[in-house]
Amino acid sequence: MTGKRRDTSGGSNSRTFLKTFSPILSVLAGLALWEALSRQVLPLFLPSPLATARAAVELWSDGTIVAAVAASLRRIAIGWGLGVLLGIPLGIFMGSSVVVRRLLDPYIDFFRFIPPIAFVTLAIIWLGPGEASKVGLIFYATIFVVIVSMIAGVQAVNPARIRAAATLGAGRLRILLTVVIPSTVPAMVTGARLAMGNSFLTVVSAEIVAAQEGVGALIWTARNYGRTEWVFVGIILLGLLGYLCDRLLRLCATRFLKRYDVKT
Amino acid sequence: MVAGAAIDLENISITLGGQPIVSQVNLSIKAGEFVCLLGPSGCGKSTVLNAIAGFLPVDGAIRVGGTAVRGPGVDRGVVFQNSDVLFPWLTASENVEYGPTIKGVAKRERAELARRYLELVGLGNAIDKFPSELSGGMRQRLQMARVLVNEPSVVLMDEPFGALDAQTREVMQVELDRIWRATKPTIVFVTHDIGESILLADRVVTMTTGPSAKIKAVHDVDLSHPRTMSDPQALTLQSTLRNEIGEEVSKVLRQQGLKEPGL
Repeated sequence: MTGKRRDTSGGSNSRTFLKTFSPILSVLAGLALWEALSRQVLPLFLPSPLATARAAVELWSDGTIVAAVAASLRRIAIGWGLGVLLGIPLGIFMGSSVVVRRLLDPYIDFFRFIPPIAFVTLAIIWLGPGEASKVGLIFYATIFVVIVSMIAGVQAVNPARIRAAATLGAGRLRILLTVVIPSTVPAMVTGARLAMGNSFLTVVSAEIVAAQEGVGALIWTARNYGRTEWVFVGIILLGLLGYLCDRLLRLCATRFLKRYDVKT
Repeated sequence: MVAGAAIDLENISITLGGQPIVSQVNLSIKAGEFVCLLGPSGCGKSTVLNAIAGFLPVDGAIRVGGTAVRGPGVDRGVVFQNSDVLFPWLTASENVEYGPTIKGVAKRERAELARRYLELVGLGNAIDKFPSELSGGMRQRLQMARVLVNEPSVVLMDEPFGALDAQTREVMQVELDRIWRATKPTIVFVTHDIGESILLADRVVTMTTGPSAKIKAVHDVDLSHPRTMSDPQALTLQSTLRNEIGEEVSKVLRQQGLKEPGL
């Protein structure tokens, strides 16, 4: 009996061990594979992890990484922030009005299939080569996904909840403000998270032209100098930043919006 | 405390999505009366309730306290089967205060009202709890408090205990009887539970199955309170109601049986 119990606890111990360490093991295995592959080819084709780390140290010590991360995060923060701030009310508006939805639906379903990179040239013609075109592209990449998520959120509000509010004396505007909008908070979080992903996908194309600083700009510059290891530094930076931003967003959502039934 | 209001259904018919759900229903409910609408699922009893609540357009006239129903109103509170109608982002007290806030009751007074009604339904210890922290039975109590605080003259209940386990349901039936006696609104209670209707109602109204559902029979429940199902009169009524509902269920089964060869 005792022996059996010890076995079970041993099993659950090794399960928690696996849960904690399997991601680390997986990353280590990936690095080993990368190292092994890089030995078979030229560094220009695939630099080794060590060469990439050396390049990262080099770019860190001359301040390139900090400046690049700051510039890209700033663009993402503004473009994504505007996209979320405008997308939420627009989505609620479209979700609550059948007429508005019918009018705007064709546009939403048209533009959400056009990737931001297709608009790079137009963005520069219309908004100039400065910050506005880059922020504009990220804004474009975020607003539609937020709108689509909000429309779904509004339509998913339990009609009985709205009826209940009406029998408690609430009029249409009050129902919108005190029932529909709070009920869509989970959709806001989902939309904001998807939009965050899109803005990371877009920042590299946004920085394709005339950007001095930025993680995307770093990747494009590396091409001109033939520094493949810089490209790898840029790629790893993007992945890490995206992961951290999503974690932060999820943390804030569960910390402050839990009562709105936000599940992440 | 507000006295109950009489409800008159005058030849009402309800069509939803081109389907005649209910047709030519006539029913008069006295002020302060407890009436159960009983019938198999899909017979249109909830549709009648929704019509009294003012959620649906209706042919014919519905009058509550002599006034024609034109839409939802605070005079007719509704307790839904699904407690998802509670606002999960508000505490129990804030949920109850929702109606008084709209009426413009001052904050301190509102909190006092909420406390009083939460105590009435037995949730005096859960004032600051969120709905997600309450059990199914407690959430239905909270729905009742949120409705009763508005002092409606009519309370419409749509299978309010249908999603609860058997033990909790029994407790809630006793509680509802007590609360009804304390506040005395008119109650229209939809259920498919025969025992529940006998324990609670002054009158039980059975309905035929839809489409075009009608009232099948109206039974007075002339039993003293507190009621138990072991009472011989209750048992007689139970078998009568069971037969009536059974007839309707087998009608549906026959209809489905007849359809089959044609498919």
